[in-house]
Amino acid sequence: MKTGYYPGCTLKTKAGNLERSAIHSMAALGIEMIELERWNCCGAVYSLADDDLIHLLAPVRDLIRAQDQGFDRVVVLCSMCYNVLARANLLMREDEVKRDAINNFLEEENDYNGEVEVVHLLNVLKDDIGWKKLSDSVKRPLTGLRLAPYYGCTLTRPEEISIDRGISPKIFEEFIEALGATAVSWEESETCCGSYQIISNPEAAKETVSRIIGSAVNREADALILSCPLCEYSLGNRQSDLIESESDLHEIPTFYFTQLLALALGIEPEESKFDLNTDSAREWLSEKGLLASVEA
Amino acid sequence: MPITISTKTVDREFTKKIEEISGEPLTKCMQCGTCSGLCPVEATSDVSPRKLIHMVTLGQREMVMNAKFAWLCVTCYLCELRCPRGLDIPKIIEATRQVKLRSNENFIEPFEIETVMELPQIAMVSAFRKHTA
Repeated sequence: MKTGYYPGCTLKTKAGNLERSAIHSMAALGIEMIELERWNCCGAVYSLADDDLIHLLAPVRDLIRAQDQGFDRVVVLCSMCYNVLARANLLMREDEVKRDAINNFLEEENDYNGEVEVVHLLNVLKDDIGWKKLSDSVKRPLTGLRLAPYYGCTLTRPEEISIDRGISPKIFEEFIEALGATAVSWEESETCCGSYQIISNPEAAKETVSRIIGSAVNREADALILSCPLCEYSLGNRQSDLIESESDLHEIPTFYFTQLLALALGIEPEESKFDLNTDSAREWLSEKGLLASVEA
Repeated sequence: MPITISTKTVDREFTKKIEEISGEPLTKCMQCGTCSGLCPVEATSDVSPRKLIHMVTLGQREMVMNAKFAWLCVTCYLCELRCPRGLDIPKIIEATRQVKLRSNENFIEPFEIETVMELPQIAMVSAFRKHTA
């Protein structure tokens, strides 16, 4: 089975570990992810001003590319790209006036009315593969690991584009259980990591990151599992700087959900580019014996 | 912080402008404070989202323009999810931010960002979209 795939800017550089692990995992599960040709940046944040249509052109153009290339859906991995593309798509379906204005402006493109489906990879795993089949495909069950699912803000809000229920979603937990691990129930799974404030208000982001890591540590999670490169940057790459003043906190490794999926499916660890994760995350994998190949 | 209202400080055009940019009917807000209770940045801000909406409704342009909240909001949508009146609160906050940005006010200066080489692209694109004119 083939499906259209939108990577987004960050997956081609800093979050290559999210992209590569996803493509290899999905191939192992029988789904070939075909990258859209001529995709462009989605804009990272959805335009919230009613009179600002210009920032919708970028995501709508991506959706038009998907349609022109014959895809009836486009799979997205990055949480922020998912949010922007899904909301832009919803607007093109529901707001006739804005849809006409955008289509008129993009006169060199084919008209678009929201025909393409925007889907997050977790929904593909749940709805196309199914948890039972995923569980049966696992070659290295992650038994004994306590993994804390981190939704952040853009996967489930606003509710119209949520990958699961808007309040108390369970899809991430179900995914973790399908890999044989234990999903940790914790307070901060749906809060925001501080997002772009890591640039603009680093002190506020520090407080947020410490609170999130503190909650995961208190719940005795072994690792945090996420889907957003910006969350990975703040909670993963910058974690040791941001919590250094908190004496009672210790570091906790963070991984993209696709990296643990790849490990559980028995895909060679180098395909998941763990070199882009933190040193402590790699050490943790090594301690748990997860960097060894799975014997056929 | 008390809000002092007089005929000199009320700017009805400002309220109308925020309603136009956000597309949200401000009078639907009943000031219950659910948004403020949930807001992850309220503790570090000078005003809460509830109070900011109140200031906008009362046409307090200067107070709103001086408040830090629009720069601190992370658009996480927790408030919208729980608002009992169904208001899209992040759109109201965005409108106040847009008024600042459209008057050419920057909150961050792109050339002063020191961590640029290590930042993921989505961090920069989103921060520039939200915090630069």
